[in-house]
Amino acid sequence: MTVTEEESGPEGADDKGAPSTAAAGPDDGYVPSQRRLERERHRRRRARRATAIAALSTLVTAVVLYLVVVGAPGWPRTKETFFNGQYAREAFPKVLEGLWLNVRLLLICGAAVLVLGMLIAVARTLRGPVFFPLRVLAAAYTDFFRGLPLIINLMIVVLGVPALRLQGVTVDPVLLGGTALTLTYSAYVAEVFRAGIESVHPSQRAAARSLGLSNRQALRYVVLPQAVRRQVPPLLNDLVSLQKDTGLVSIGGAIDAVRAADIIVGRSLNYTPYIVAGLVFVALTIPMTRFTDWVTARMDRQRAQGGTT
Amino acid sequence: MSDAPVLRMESVRKTFGGSVVLRDVDLEVAPHTVTALIGASGSGKSTLLRCANLLEDIDDGAIWLDGEEITDPRADQDAVRRRIGVVFQAYNLFPHMTVLENITLAPRRVHGVARAEAEERAGELLERLGLGGKAGEYPDRLSGGQQQRVAIVRALAVRPRLLLLDEITAALDPELVGEVLNVVRDLKGEGMTMVLATHEMGFAREVADQVCFLDGGVVLERGTAEQLFGDPQQERTRRFLRRIVEAGRL
Repeated sequence: MTVTEEESGPEGADDKGAPSTAAAGPDDGYVPSQRRLERERHRRRRARRATAIAALSTLVTAVVLYLVVVGAPGWPRTKETFFNGQYAREAFPKVLEGLWLNVRLLLICGAAVLVLGMLIAVARTLRGPVFFPLRVLAAAYTDFFRGLPLIINLMIVVLGVPALRLQGVTVDPVLLGGTALTLTYSAYVAEVFRAGIESVHPSQRAAARSLGLSNRQALRYVVLPQAVRRQVPPLLNDLVSLQKDTGLVSIGGAIDAVRAADIIVGRSLNYTPYIVAGLVFVALTIPMTRFTDWVTARMDRQRAQGGTT
Repeated sequence: MSDAPVLRMESVRKTFGGSVVLRDVDLEVAPHTVTALIGASGSGKSTLLRCANLLEDIDDGAIWLDGEEITDPRADQDAVRRRIGVVFQAYNLFPHMTVLENITLAPRRVHGVARAEAEERAGELLERLGLGGKAGEYPDRLSGGQQQRVAIVRALAVRPRLLLLDEITAALDPELVGEVLNVVRDLKGEGMTMVLATHEMGFAREVADQVCFLDGGVVLERGTAEQLFGDPQQERTRRFLRRIVEAGRL
């Protein structure tokens, strides 16, 4: 039903907005003409029609989907194995407990990713022959870890590192899983930062240099602040993505939300806990996604007002 | 004008790819004088200014600032730029900083001036340029003329030896040009040494001690404003000025 509201939203606001602005407008004895009243009537009619059509089509879609799913030959079995209320109640507290690990992983890995990503991005923009090896290393890093599937990275780090039996190196699946996540996501985030740095117009750097700022100061005070500001929406997007990928550390045996569900599934052979874990992740991601949308919209508005710059 | 020149250029050559932008350019700017560079778009005015500030490397020739060769590869480029203020056609203010932060950035970070002192000087300059209430605003809340005046304050805040003005009124609406040119007039009155590239011929004629006409990367003709506008010697200069007059710009 939200669809119908959104569909009719702008038009509804439009026809409500026009008379009220006229009422609140300048007090110059203005009386709306017949032409205007007729136009507004027409707009209202059209808005009502749009709302009705959207409501009808939503209803039809919902009914058709319901009939298709419920009418499927395997539905009774599926319902029993995926949507079992008893298992859902049993799994929910365990999954929530596990989710706390995912949240902590997100916070710590997120912070590490932002720092590491920034360092790599800056390393790629350094000039001068001294920094050649650093530049090449940073470029190779992003190429490699962006291409390497996260699941393979996780298996290598979480399962491979303990197999080496190195002295003093952790075998904790959470720490190793977090490391693998950080390695992959730093590569993504470094590219986001780099795109931001390159999007700052060269004239900004020229202005900074002409004031006597060194290359480094120009980067620190003029280029990076603008780059980071511009890249907030894509950065938040990557954080949302990281949030759900923390679920992958379960492959090493760390008891997170996914693993907690897994344990119950293994015992009961009922898949309902997976559905519970999935919904919990979605519920956790939605506020973050909405926040991202809100920030993006706000920045777009600011840019629109900004005009010349 | 017997003083040692603030800026001296000798046989400067600059190419971009295959095209020669500056060819054998000589220039001397005496202290407390104003030099105007005039000429069609693409004649090399802006490039000349960018070379003087080392934003562009020159291919050949040499440039001196206060008798020190700044095109020497061993020269400290940042130190050279600290002594030269630049105002750009497109203002190039930093959009993420307030007016005050724009102005105090270089004094604080480059010259190590204490914050309070930097802000006090910025306040004085803003006041003098009629921008008293704007210190806390962000650049995009200001008109073009106000932004350009802030850019001038930003350049002046480090007490430069030389001020380069690159077509600073070209991006402004006609009614805002006057307020910016007034500032330049005042600066001349205070004895600031300036080199300005401009399309405002009337202004160049009024304010410049020396006028250089650039054509195809060459200083084709130079002289006092009186000589160059009153009695141009070169056919090309005459043709350029005639076009300007026909366009109603002089």
